[in-house]
Parts: sequence; structure tokens; C-alpha cells
Amino acid sequence: MTSNEERLRGLLLRGLEGDPAAYHAFLKELAAHLRAFLRKRLTRLPEEVEDLVQESLLAVHNQRHTYDPQQPLTAWVFALARYKLIDLLRRRSRTELLHDPLDEEGELFAASDNEAAEARRDIAKLLSELPERHRLPIIYVKLEGLSVAEAAQRAGMSESAVKIGVHRGLKALAAKVRGVQ
Amino acid sequence: MKTDELVEFLATGTNSVDRRQHVRRFLAGVAFGCLAAALLTAEALGLHPALSQEALLPMFWVREAFCAALGAAALAGVARLSHPGARLGLVPAALAACVLAMWILAAASLTDASPQQRADLVFGQTAKVCPFLIALVSVPLFFSVIWIMRGLAPTHLRLAGAVGGFAAGALGALAYSLHCPELAAPFLGIWYLLGMLIPTAVGAAFGPRLLRW
Repeated sequence: MTSNEERLRGLLLRGLEGDPAAYHAFLKELAAHLRAFLRKRLTRLPEEVEDLVQESLLAVHNQRHTYDPQQPLTAWVFALARYKLIDLLRRRSRTELLHDPLDEEGELFAASDNEAAEARRDIAKLLSELPERHRLPIIYVKLEGLSVAEAAQRAGMSESAVKIGVHRGLKALAAKVRGVQ
Repeated sequence: MKTDELVEFLATGTNSVDRRQHVRRFLAGVAFGCLAAALLTAEALGLHPALSQEALLPMFWVREAFCAALGAAALAGVARLSHPGARLGLVPAALAACVLAMWILAAASLTDASPQQRADLVFGQTAKVCPFLIALVSVPLFFSVIWIMRGLAPTHLRLAGAVGGFAAGALGALAYSLHCPELAAPFLGIWYLLGMLIPTAVGAAFGPRLLRW
């Protein structure tokens, strides 16, 4: 478990320095851990698990600047996942469905589940609802893999507008996923 | 979008994260809030006319240190509560130590005073308005602290709102002290603290709504 955490932390730190392959590996492995963690806690809402995995991944990405390298990775991911889980339960006002105690962060990286179910909510569809200044930079940079300079040229925006568009757009996307707006 | 596709999507075109940028944002928020609070005090309430003479008194600096230390400890709490999984550590103890120190000073000055002087030490001349004026001066700080926290990721929203409100209150009291004529420890230990607790309560009440992400 600790070796799992060490490896994941290494991948995240390289990702934060701008290594996309390491960051991809980090997110992919994290998704499996989050799935196992959430599936165990949402036994009565199995249809919510995959949506919440995706929502948590988006949260991890949007809040990755709040990870302090001095801090154990488990504590950070656990706090994010717990927040998203409680937010979901509160949204559904069915906190009584949570029958597994939420205070065992230690086991977060102990289990992993690679069987993704279908998410009910389609993030690609929510993406299409974003305003153009957010949507275009995200499509060019995140879906088509263009560089910021290329995306700026294609969208007819400045490079900083593209960067801001991606950043704010992903936050707006997270808000849509939560059902706000 | 399948989860594997989402992972691909998030990892594509990701750039490096500069944590210093977020430190700058934090400091800019605090600086703006403090400046706005000081301007509000100077413009709306007016600086204390004998400020430069009072600055020679030790008690003037005790008052400033009390507000500044509470503000600094609460800001440390804001930073920790805005980072998922970070612990509060010594922040509650530091806040309690500041208040306790002021109360010990207050008890000592009340013990030394004659019974006639005691009411003066407790109520001064401005007890009725002091907490409300501190809360008023804290308003710009309140919004800048909320702005700071919204750029980060608090996970205990009510507590984060309360600590953020307290930080705004303590720094607001620091700004308000430029106008305030009171220097007695019992006064500061009661009315200043009460003034700081008003934005604290507002933060606790509205934190869950203002800080959700």
C-alpha cells in the first residue's frame, strides 16, 4: 500500500511538473482506486459510482495546485473524494444510504477496481453546453491535442485567452457536472 | 464520455503547475483586503487624532500585536483549511493563546484598578459601537478571504467560512484600531473579540454556500 502511494505520488509530482505521460498514468491508476473506494461506500447507489469517479477525477485535476508535496497523497485524495461523496449524498439528501464509516483513509490505495461501468452523465455533452470562449480552447487543447499556440491561432484568440479558457472552462464543466447552472 | 476517455482528456495538453502563483494570489488577496479596510477606516471613520502620541504607549502595541497575531494565526488556518487533507495543527492553540494572554492582562488590570475605575476599563467610551464598527471595517477583508478560498479547495465549508470570517475580523480590528481610542485590556478582550466574532458567525453561516465547488 505504501509502495502504491509512493509510486502514485511520484507520478503526480512529475505530472505537476508538466509530464503528460506520468500524469496520464497517475489519473488512470487513481481512477481504479477511486472506483473501488466509492463502490464500497455506495453499495445502495451503484449507478452513481462511475459518475462520482469522473466527478472526483475532474476535481483532482482542477484542484491539483492544492496538493502540497510535503503532504501524504492519501490524505489529499481522500479529503477530495470524501468531499465529493458527501456533496453527492447531500444533493440527494439521502445521507442514511452511507452505512460504511467515512474515516478510513488508510485503505484508499489498498483496493483498485478496473471495471468501469457506464457513466450516466456524459461529460462530452456537458462540454458542448459551455460558452464558446471555454469550449473552443478545451476542444482544441484537451480533445484534439493541439498546442496552445496552434489552438490560439485556430480559435482566433490570444494564447493567454486559450490558457484561461481551458482553466475556467474545466471549472465550469465541474460546476455543470454538479448540476449547478 | 467513458472514464478512460476522461483520463485521456484531462492528461492531454496539461501544463506544469506553478504553486508560487497561488501563494501570490493569497498574498494579493490579503494585501488588497487590508488596504481596503485601512482606507475604509481612514475615510469613513477618520484616524484617531492622537494616534502618533498613542503609538508611544506600550498598550498601543499590545493592541496591535493582539489583532495582528490573531489575524496571522487565522490566515494560517485559512491556508490549511483550503488544502484538502491538511490538518489545522497548532492554529487553534495559537488563537486560544492570544485570547488567553489578553484575558490575563485584563484580569491583572481589573485587579489593580479601584472599583470606580473598573467600569471604565471594561466599557471605555465606545463599547456600544466598537464590535459593529469592527464588523463593518472587516467587510472588504471578508470578501477577499472568501475570494482566496474560492481559488483553493476547502472541504469543511462551515469551519473554513468561520475561520475565514475570523481572519477578516481580526485584520479588520487591526485596521479599526487606527480610529479607536480604547487601549484598556478588558475592553480589547471583550469588545474587540466580539467584533471579530461577528464576521466569524457570518462566515460559518454562509461558508457552505459561498465556498462550494
